[in-house]
Amino acid sequence: MSDTSDTVVRPAGFPSGAAPGPLRRYGPWIVLALLLLVLPRVFSSGLSISTMCVMGTMIIFALSYNMLLGQSGLLSFGHAVFFGLGGFLTAQMMNMMAGGEGPLPLMVYPLVGGLAGLVFGVIFGAVATRRAGTAFAMITLGIGELVTSSALILRGFFGGETGITVDRTEIHQVFGLSFGPQVQVYYLIAGWCLVSVIAMYAITRTPFGRICNAVRDNPQRVNFVGYNTTVVRFIAFSLAGLFAGIAGGLASINFEIMNSAQMGAAESGSVILMAYIGGVGNFAGPIIGAIVVTYLHLMLSDLSDVWELYFGLLFISMVMYAPNGIAGVIMMQRPLIRRGQLLRVAPYYVLALIPGLVALAGLSMIIEMTHQLSISASEGLGMTMMGIAFNADALLPWLTAVVLLGGGGWLGVRAARLAREAYGAAMVRGRVQ
Amino acid sequence: MAEILFFSAVNGITYGMLLFLMASGLTVIFSMMGVLNLAHASFYMLGAFFGFEISRHLGFWPGLVLAPLIVAVIGMGVERYGLRTVHKHGHVAELLFTFGLTFVIQKLVEMVWGKLPVDYLVPPSLDFPAFTIFATEYPAFKLFGLLASIAIFLALMLVIKRTRIGLIVQAALTHPEMVGMLGHNVDRIFMLVFGVGVGLAAVAGVIAGPALVTQSNMAGLLGPILFVVVVVGGLGSLGGAFVASLLIGLVQTFAVAFNISLADVFGPVAADSGLALYLDDIWSVTVAQVAPVLPYLLLVLILIFRPRGLMGNRES
Repeated sequence: MSDTSDTVVRPAGFPSGAAPGPLRRYGPWIVLALLLLVLPRVFSSGLSISTMCVMGTMIIFALSYNMLLGQSGLLSFGHAVFFGLGGFLTAQMMNMMAGGEGPLPLMVYPLVGGLAGLVFGVIFGAVATRRAGTAFAMITLGIGELVTSSALILRGFFGGETGITVDRTEIHQVFGLSFGPQVQVYYLIAGWCLVSVIAMYAITRTPFGRICNAVRDNPQRVNFVGYNTTVVRFIAFSLAGLFAGIAGGLASINFEIMNSAQMGAAESGSVILMAYIGGVGNFAGPIIGAIVVTYLHLMLSDLSDVWELYFGLLFISMVMYAPNGIAGVIMMQRPLIRRGQLLRVAPYYVLALIPGLVALAGLSMIIEMTHQLSISASEGLGMTMMGIAFNADALLPWLTAVVLLGGGGWLGVRAARLAREAYGAAMVRGRVQ
Repeated sequence: MAEILFFSAVNGITYGMLLFLMASGLTVIFSMMGVLNLAHASFYMLGAFFGFEISRHLGFWPGLVLAPLIVAVIGMGVERYGLRTVHKHGHVAELLFTFGLTFVIQKLVEMVWGKLPVDYLVPPSLDFPAFTIFATEYPAFKLFGLLASIAIFLALMLVIKRTRIGLIVQAALTHPEMVGMLGHNVDRIFMLVFGVGVGLAAVAGVIAGPALVTQSNMAGLLGPILFVVVVVGGLGSLGGAFVASLLIGLVQTFAVAFNISLADVFGPVAADSGLALYLDDIWSVTVAQVAPVLPYLLLVLILIFRPRGLMGNRES
């Protein structure tokens, strides 16, 4: 994960040439802030605003996860614990201060979640970061299970199966903001999202961030230089807990309910999916991943009953063929653009994409027909896909599906090989010119 | 009391041996390839569901043989075409690959068999009480499960200690490069070991299926406990996995048998402050309710006092 991640890996103190001007340094953030400001004007429907609220929360969550996986090489299977505990603490605090008694406005409540995440990050990190690698992954898995099972026992605090509810409008109001309308919550989340993203980016630029990268790449050498790798991992783990807690606090403000399932294995799994599909080798990767996965989640769950299966298959194929995620694929095009070769290679991408889509259609036909035959059989065997109606037990659709999958797959593999060759050739050509 | 102790001990050993059937395969795969197969419990689930499907058409006994064979072939395919491709991206990618696999297998099982438990019956030839003790009947099928796991355990030990292929596997555990140098096809050994390992998990699934519940969440329930077993025992240690399997099997069954809470021992909480509400939860929870948490608590304690695990000899 080093070749495509120059935003992260470029050594400190070597900004290309002279120090970057203020515009280059702050420009992207100003653009991002303006973008966040105008987004609800562009996508103003209720659905899109609440979707963007979820996306903002998930961006913080996925980025905090990437402080572990991408920056420090720590694969955690229990990151949702901090998200959930942050959310629960925020919700409890809000319930305690309800009725406008507390002097704190709603804007600062995510900080409660962040502090909770930090405290629990310190506690669990002290145990988990004693080991690295596979053992660390197993310990975080165990901690995740430990906390979720305990939450079901401690009903008073976690509210058992139903969880606890809050009312965000009951909190002390300032500037006449009641946070009843969703768009006000959007701006709250957007603000915290911007602050968190900048803070996490800033951390990657500090010497500590660099040492995290070094621990990821070569822990033995870092040890030899004189750093204690356990301490570095511990700090990274605690800070990741802090930001996950902020995300959890925002989630409890947004949904006005916290449930112990939100810190379970499924939530921990979905943050891995987001970070990895987006790309862990690049700072922007998890942001892309959070947006894409949240959107796909919404879209696919409407289209298909077995949408989670598609997610799993997408994830596995990313791990196998695009280990740097979407951001990695985009970054691979950068040298081509710099050499002015992108337009020569692009047709090959299209050539590979078409049979790929055909194969995907065949695969999803097989999945949907199997589903119709087994689970939805009670609703009859008739079904429609892309406006074509057919029976799930007829021979013709199965033949079509197999031909689409087989033919598309075969052509796709060949076209992908051609595209790879074209990419290599373009790189060489660019170098010669 | 003697009754509770006896049945908890027998049930605990049966459960522990089932855990070990899976943990042994997991441990051998981990020691050889350095990859912890997160999907191991999913193969156990596949074994149970294949066994169920075959038992509907051919009966239980063909299922006991065929289901593990099918799962072993699937496992070898996964190793050959999945893990080996991912291997070049490093260990994290391998772990993530098996993690994705758990997800996909669970969704596939839900797609074909649904989310509700299926009716996987104990075979009629074993559907009788094996013995009656303290006026309680002990089902023959559970006894069969225990004996089968012990038999497989002994057979596995014999193969590893006494045969040529076992020698090569043992050598490949510690010195894979050297084994390759000596002209053995390490890739094929890896594939075989992966197949046998997940096949064993499938055997455990076929045995556990009728005894426990065959449902699409069974992998999710058992998987984390399985990983606790291998970490507590010490990653890569077969002996440790054996001890830890029995330990966790016994701890869980004994905890379930005792319905005592702190409140029963020390009396109810006296204070009436705001904290009492939260304290009361801890105070009145019974040992039986805590049972699901105990393995993870054990994991954390072991890591604090003995980070290598009970019998582990490597750090990571």
